[in-house]
Amino acid sequence: MDKLTLAERMSDETAMSRRAFLHGTGLLLGFALTGASAEPVFAAPASRIVENEVTGTFAPNGFIRIDPIGAVTLVMPMVEMGQGVYTSLSMLLAEELELRLDQIQVQHAPPNHALYANSIIGIQNTGGSASVRAFWTPLRQAGAVGRNLLITAAAKRWNVDPAACRARDGVVLDSTGSKHLSYGELADAAAKLPVPPVANVKLKDPKDFRLIGTRAKRIDSAMKVDGRALFGIDTRLPGMKVAAVAISPVLGGKAKTIDEKAALTVRGVRQVVNVDEAVAVVADHMAAAKKGLEAAAITWEDGPNSKVSSADIVKQLAQESHRPGAVARNVGDAGKALAEAAQRVDAVYQVPFLAHAAMEPMNCTVHLQQDRCDIWVGTQAPTITQSLVAELTGLPKDVVKIHNHLIGGGFGRRLEADGTVLAVKIAKHVDGPVKVIWSREEDIQHDMYRPYYLDRLSAGLDATGKPVAWMHRIAGSSVMARYYPPYVKDGLDPDAVEAAAEPPYALPNIHVDFVRVEPPGVRTSWWRGVGPTHNVFVVESFIDELAHAAKQDPVAYRKGLLGHNPRALAVLSLAAEKAGWGSSLPPRHGRGISVQFAYGSYTSQVAEVHVAPDGSVRVNRVVCAIDCGMYVNPDTIEAQVQGGTLFGLTAALHGSITFKDGRVEQSNFDTYLPMRIDEVPVVETHLVKNAEAPGGVGEAPTAIVSAAVTNAIFAATGKRLRSLPIDTNSLKSSS
Amino acid sequence: MAFTLEINGKHHEVDVDGDAPLLWVLRDVLGMTGTKFGCGQALCGVCTVHVGGQPVRSCQTRVDSVGDSAVTTIEAIGHTPEGAALQKAWLELEVVQCGYCQSGQIMSAAALLKDAPKPTDDDIDAAMSGNVCRCGTYQRIRAAIKHAAGV
Repeated sequence: MDKLTLAERMSDETAMSRRAFLHGTGLLLGFALTGASAEPVFAAPASRIVENEVTGTFAPNGFIRIDPIGAVTLVMPMVEMGQGVYTSLSMLLAEELELRLDQIQVQHAPPNHALYANSIIGIQNTGGSASVRAFWTPLRQAGAVGRNLLITAAAKRWNVDPAACRARDGVVLDSTGSKHLSYGELADAAAKLPVPPVANVKLKDPKDFRLIGTRAKRIDSAMKVDGRALFGIDTRLPGMKVAAVAISPVLGGKAKTIDEKAALTVRGVRQVVNVDEAVAVVADHMAAAKKGLEAAAITWEDGPNSKVSSADIVKQLAQESHRPGAVARNVGDAGKALAEAAQRVDAVYQVPFLAHAAMEPMNCTVHLQQDRCDIWVGTQAPTITQSLVAELTGLPKDVVKIHNHLIGGGFGRRLEADGTVLAVKIAKHVDGPVKVIWSREEDIQHDMYRPYYLDRLSAGLDATGKPVAWMHRIAGSSVMARYYPPYVKDGLDPDAVEAAAEPPYALPNIHVDFVRVEPPGVRTSWWRGVGPTHNVFVVESFIDELAHAAKQDPVAYRKGLLGHNPRALAVLSLAAEKAGWGSSLPPRHGRGISVQFAYGSYTSQVAEVHVAPDGSVRVNRVVCAIDCGMYVNPDTIEAQVQGGTLFGLTAALHGSITFKDGRVEQSNFDTYLPMRIDEVPVVETHLVKNAEAPGGVGEAPTAIVSAAVTNAIFAATGKRLRSLPIDTNSLKSSS
Repeated sequence: MAFTLEINGKHHEVDVDGDAPLLWVLRDVLGMTGTKFGCGQALCGVCTVHVGGQPVRSCQTRVDSVGDSAVTTIEAIGHTPEGAALQKAWLELEVVQCGYCQSGQIMSAAALLKDAPKPTDDDIDAAMSGNVCRCGTYQRIRAAIKHAAGV
């Protein structure tokens, strides 16, 4: 097929449905590498992400597919939800495979534990800021294996030594550069060669990187500025119906009365489905489904959780946090050191339940048939989703097809498959494909929340102000115990204590423990930043309290405890310097600092705030220094620092989910407030360059920002905030 | 009821109740999925389209209120000078993350630039604060609007 034909196909495509085109001729969307000079087939790429599984002739591993027409497809083991992973993982592969990013298309990986598991998490989950860390080596090895085979194939054809040949931009060249063969031309031959073990393949020296470390353009941007990007919610199938759902407002409740007749009189409504914990109205389009759901005027039997309230949950935490928990760390004798200390500081910290509130509401499209089940969804956990659907339908896993999609904001919510499970329960009653979409209210009120934690801390200082005793008890729900039970040993949830068990500071006597307290009637789960989002707020606020008790500057105090920890010290110093730490500020303005080691990266932030006389808080500036070792794309890191900071800051300023009579009291963006553009501080990123192992980035700024802000509020007002969200009433000027 | 809508320069016949939100007519009836659903209450702006040149939240716009006003969506905003400049700026400054809200952001920004070709920060705050981005791309959105406007 020549280029002209392809170009004509492209112009015809505008008349076809995009999805039909993708299904029918997915490979044509790529960039053909059929000649010596690889150039785009199309003037503008139609799509850089394909949804259906591509089978390339040359497929030496799970990640690379090259077709004889030259289409290069990279299979993405982790899912794109904004963090830039389709670009950074492509960069790792393309670096070693010797391709430019504009020569590839990417495909969402199907669920496959053997091929695509994240080695840090242990399954094929996207989370924990672990994608680049886990795939840094495997993807480079996969790319190098591909390169090696393509060069070998070319050398064989030319009857020359492979060592004398090289690959560049999708083409293999001989030693003189006069002979060249494109990857497409080599695909058949390379596919017939034995695949060498990854250990035998030499990776590029980092000094020779042409892509890794550069500000390469995101591969998903173009399709996201003109409406072409397909999220799960955009799924459209022949004969598909859509369903609006109402879920029991109290966890464990079920529908009592449904006016099915009224719902069915709405034009376009086809069916009412009652699955006890939820009712779905199935219709030709969502306008009819929503109208039908309203007409159904459902009443609920609340069940056993009808009395759940935030006040009772906090009371229970306060009580149970007095008993000893599973020990996370015990060095020296903190109890004795505390008793003998010159000065003692005690504090109780609390952080609220938080919803994820991703912009794309929960949704899932299901086509359940006798012998197979197809699921169209954006998921961070495709293998878990597949297993749950198999269990629910009684079908073998290999006929449960998970068609993953771009995710319109994950933040941990799409690590859970509850939305898919509910959609499958509904689909069991529907003939043909059905797309279930939750309203925003359902999305917020039936989220799986970041746990409410209550922490008790005590520290002892010696006469010079140094902490000689540090005791920290964390009480709250264990997400890990439900989600990955084998990771919880002797009652200790490693996530719940992450960044608390090992603060970066020199603490000779330290005792940290965890008391698991499960709130009734509330589902908890992973939330961007996981354990450290809670723990860094607590640890970095408390160390600030100790600096104050010791009558020392917060930066100087921390520096004095970081002598053994050069990377933490370096980011702290860098953030303080760039923020102008110590320079004077107007009254009721203040700077606060925090530092953390989490997700394999060292991060420090300085926040600059102004607290108005009415108590309202304006964060004007956030300076972030981050050392994430060897990095892939500094532009993505800056974007993650900006966005991750705002995600944490939004929660610090506004975020709280509360319960009354078993019901969530917030429902939409008027009661669960997002940050808006007029509140946004300037966020500055200072990236440390070194040759350390890669660290995670996506969650680091989310975890660190709250303490920097509340420490700044303390500097501005003298008021120490020990709970979130920030209570502006407590910050009113007394004068 | 049958309605004839002019969307992106083309006429479409749809047969839906008059109270059907324009959002679902676009997405479910006409298959134009670039316009997104976010909150259903005009609180987040991801469903923003132009009706008669004005930005509206299509989740709260009844189809029978559209009449013969021209509807423009994200799929065609690139054919306007403001839309094209904004899309280019969005790419140059690498604004998007998850991308879900960006259709609405660009539609609001295009309406802003039509009204105020050289917007101030206050203009941007006023025009854009109805559009929520949970990824937190606001800093780059502001920069990209200024970049597109040449200010």
